[in-house]
Amino acid sequence: MWRKAAPKPRYSVAIIGGGGHGLATAYYLAKEHGIADVAVLEKGPIGLGNTGRNTTIIRSNYLWDESARIYEHSLKLWEGLSAELNFNVMLSQRGVLNLAHNEADIREGRRRVNANRLNGIDAEWLDPEAVKRFCPILNVSPDARYPVLGATLQRRGGVARHDAVAWGFARAADARGVDIIENCEVTAIRTARGRVTGVETSKGDIAADKIAIVAAGHNSVVAAMAGVQLPLQSHPLQALVSEPVKPVLDCVVMSNAVHVYVSQSDKGELVMGAGIDAYNSYAQRGSFHVIEGQMAALLELFPSFSRLKMLRSWAGIVDVSPDASPIIGKLPVEGLYLNGGWGTGGFKATPGSGHVFAHTIARDEPHPLAAPFALDRFTTGALIDEHGAAGVAH
Amino acid sequence: MLLIPCPWCGPRDEIEFRYGGEAHIARPTDPDALDDRAWAEYLFMRANPKGVFAERWMHSAGCRCWFNLLRDTVSHRILAAYRIGDTPPARDTPS
Repeated sequence: MWRKAAPKPRYSVAIIGGGGHGLATAYYLAKEHGIADVAVLEKGPIGLGNTGRNTTIIRSNYLWDESARIYEHSLKLWEGLSAELNFNVMLSQRGVLNLAHNEADIREGRRRVNANRLNGIDAEWLDPEAVKRFCPILNVSPDARYPVLGATLQRRGGVARHDAVAWGFARAADARGVDIIENCEVTAIRTARGRVTGVETSKGDIAADKIAIVAAGHNSVVAAMAGVQLPLQSHPLQALVSEPVKPVLDCVVMSNAVHVYVSQSDKGELVMGAGIDAYNSYAQRGSFHVIEGQMAALLELFPSFSRLKMLRSWAGIVDVSPDASPIIGKLPVEGLYLNGGWGTGGFKATPGSGHVFAHTIARDEPHPLAAPFALDRFTTGALIDEHGAAGVAH
Repeated sequence: MLLIPCPWCGPRDEIEFRYGGEAHIARPTDPDALDDRAWAEYLFMRANPKGVFAERWMHSAGCRCWFNLLRDTVSHRILAAYRIGDTPPARDTPS
């Protein structure tokens, strides 16, 4: 798939973090900007971090213009990604439902549908009968504990195979000359006169003109190596899968109010995600009561799932920003860049995030779609508040 | 689930508590004197250590008092619990 590269003494760009976002960044640096003298430094093996731990949901139906543009840019790249990478990422645009359980959810959903349409994003509002037609096993009874009063639907949303995304980007970046260096942990960032000069790693020192931090839950730790503090907090985000069953659910169902999102994988497993654990953590595990609450809500929505056994649960560490929007751009050290703060919702952004970040690094100025997501928005006050808008479930 | 030693009620399950994030962030005494950068620093910039973290918790289903914990964010081991206003214990306890 890709060479097992050993680090060279010097690179134009060193990318810290070999998840989907870092690999996509490397690929687009080589392809769009002719910069192939790139190292992707991954402390473990490729695909075992958050890239392999998410629930694979893809959508672009965000409320605010800035978010809608960047996530839709990403969704459009998803739609051509298998051909682009010559690798099947198994994109399945099966439709994403976001359920409304109360009057506030209805108002939020309708407003978001209208905002999406104004931004050229496909969005529909379904009443409870239409929801039932679209997803027949959902309990839409008015007596349900969480009554389904409607839902937004993005038909172009869906899922993709997360491992394939990492492998496809790694293979394609490697083919263009990028060195993917696994089991190479960055332990320090070297600077001189306010400018980065390289990194120290578990495989020796590597000089670099530009350094890009794409380390998800560890962004704060890595940025601190260069003396930069970020407005990020790391939390565990849990997910789990059931035993495989025959096809019962052919769309993605999300509910912000009860913290549940579920889809069925090609193997037949139901894939479910929870909300984050409240406390800061770098341990890839969460508390059981979070899963317990999530399962209770899931069974209210899907009573037929009550006999299913759960096979596995796990957690990834997500970096949550104050406004639930990513931070993309330059950091206050010359030659140092960050693409992080994707929190609970980064997977869907993988190709778009890498695409705009590669532009930002190559030209040393933000891509127009990335510009609103610069770190200085916390100083200017121009936040992109998706906490209330997109809800907790990403 | 964490077993959290409330300084007033003793050890209780995590589900009885609410999390309050980083502890010991002092509200600026003269907010009008702050420029945007200093205000952003106070509002948004937070320590996010991989290791010992001083954090606030509130015993929402118990005494409803706020207090502080020293907790390791990798092992989840709780090193100390102390009341608001108390001096934080030394952090050199091995995790």
